[in-house]
Amino acid sequence: MPDSPYPGDIDAERQSAPVSHRRKELRRAFQSMVASRWALLGMGILIIVTFVAIFGPWLAPFDPNRQNIMMRLLEPGEPGAGDLTYWLGSDQLGRDVLSRLLYGARVSLLVGVTAIVVGGVLGTVLGLVSGYFGGWVDDVIMRLGDIQLAFPFILLAIMFLVVLGPGLVNMILVLGIGQWVTYARIVRAQTLALREKEYVEAARAMGDRTVSILFRTILPNIMAPLTVIASFNVASVILSEAALSFLGLGVPPDVPTWGSMLSESRDHLFSNKWWMAVFPGLAIVFTVLAFNIIGDWLRDFLDPRLKENH
Amino acid sequence: MGTYVVRRLLQSIIVLIGVTLISFVALQIGGDPTYLFVSENATTEEIQRAREMLGFDRPLHVQYLSYVWNALQGDFGNSLSYRQPAMQVVLEAMPATIELTIFSLVLAIALSIPLGIYAALRRGKPADGGIMTFAMLGQSIPNFWMGIMMIMVFGLYLRWFPISGHVPFLDPLFAGDFETAFTNLPRSIHYMIMPALAVGTYTLARNARLVRSSMLEVLQQDYVRTARSKGISETRVILHHALRNAWLPVVTMIGLEFGFLLGGVVVVETVFSYPGIGRLVFNAINQRDIPVVQASVILIAVIFIALNLIVDLIYARLDPRVKL
Repeated sequence: MPDSPYPGDIDAERQSAPVSHRRKELRRAFQSMVASRWALLGMGILIIVTFVAIFGPWLAPFDPNRQNIMMRLLEPGEPGAGDLTYWLGSDQLGRDVLSRLLYGARVSLLVGVTAIVVGGVLGTVLGLVSGYFGGWVDDVIMRLGDIQLAFPFILLAIMFLVVLGPGLVNMILVLGIGQWVTYARIVRAQTLALREKEYVEAARAMGDRTVSILFRTILPNIMAPLTVIASFNVASVILSEAALSFLGLGVPPDVPTWGSMLSESRDHLFSNKWWMAVFPGLAIVFTVLAFNIIGDWLRDFLDPRLKENH
Repeated sequence: MGTYVVRRLLQSIIVLIGVTLISFVALQIGGDPTYLFVSENATTEEIQRAREMLGFDRPLHVQYLSYVWNALQGDFGNSLSYRQPAMQVVLEAMPATIELTIFSLVLAIALSIPLGIYAALRRGKPADGGIMTFAMLGQSIPNFWMGIMMIMVFGLYLRWFPISGHVPFLDPLFAGDFETAFTNLPRSIHYMIMPALAVGTYTLARNARLVRSSMLEVLQQDYVRTARSKGISETRVILHHALRNAWLPVVTMIGLEFGFLLGGVVVVETVFSYPGIGRLVFNAINQRDIPVVQASVILIAVIFIALNLIVDLIYARLDPRVKL
């Protein structure tokens, strides 16, 4: 793992000229994003999905849980009750697919982002401790990671969720805790490399407390690779959430999610109710695609040495 | 080499112990696990009787030791819905799952290597862009949705492939009935193509990118330039000099890939009503058949650990650069 792209004394630099430096960084980021059309596409999708996740309730034409047996399995574009149209069709209970899709964005983003925060914080702290102190602490933490990675993740999640029962908090905890190893391994490797650097030694010599050395001296210098991993990780967590919801282990039935919509669509494949399967799937694909693209771009932007040959 | 093998074996044993610990914790994490084994309208006496029968009234460490002891013998209790030993139910479903996993691994690798190489050779051209766009998409499509879409298009609309079911190949093979096994093979593959593609697309896409970038790197190396300057044909340079080194990262990943694919198979099997562990686990989830879920997950973890051990040992033998 190469060193962080930042020079060691980035903290000092930031403190001396914080505003202009940050503004410059932002402008550079923006320019690089515009230069890469992919990144722009990813950002565009992300902005739309975030917008929908926040304002879904105001955008949705129907209550996502309102059942209407008279309006079952309508094709996309068919007019429904009153002057409202089911733009993306309705499901087996007469609920509006578009409205459920808009609400579903909330769950996907919420679960994706919070699970990464949970896993990222846990993994980062354990990785810092592991790399900085070494010895038996390091051994224990890293072996724990090995053990966890011995399970294909989705199976581990299934095993816990079956016992814990479905629910948003359980889902976030299981998905989050499932991710810590990735962060811990990377943070540990970087901490090992930084531990011996002069500026860390200087901090130690000046009598800084260990906590301060870990979080104020070392952590800021390893944020770049962490950000890249987090972006890819959100993508894979959203995929896992969809898979678990699809298996019936997700959030309760009254919360619409893309995964559970797909699960319901399976019973209607033979009668060719394609809209029930196509739209939620596309929503997942575009959201995950956006995070993957942004991850690629971040990697190239933050650490050009890791750049894939383009 | 000897110490490496011993160290690696010890590591695997520690991990195995950890696996039993995690699955034990998973069982206990929701509170008294007795409630997972009795029906919802069981009386207090019935619950108490079940608690004693299942041993959940004993202290935790005693419970754990007996859990490990039983697990070592493959005993995870009786399946609640099949009324048979859970491990036996799982083992019966295993060959179908292994078949599908191996097939999707082979498919993913066989397709990703030529695609990656072709993209690298056509770097910056439309073919490269196309393959990389496909790879980017492939890493973003949920495998089970891919399965649903394939069922709709290739199964129901075009009617090219059967949309569910399975023709066994490994089962008769293990039973020593080679004739049946090989007569079954073509049909077996016909049934497996759609699920295998659904499971393997992610791996295929990721490996295509991996092969491409490592190929691009290798093509810039001195030994490739030397080979070219000696006037060797381009095909030979690529197949003989470049490819050999370019696909090393893919080989390294195979062990991990297998575990990852197994996880995917579990989800995709339910889409295709494919009679393997995945569908078993799916039904077990719905019936809250905990012994079957536990037996499946642990069996897969054990296979995964063994496989990684084997891959590491083979790799250490093949690549002298691995420190022993």
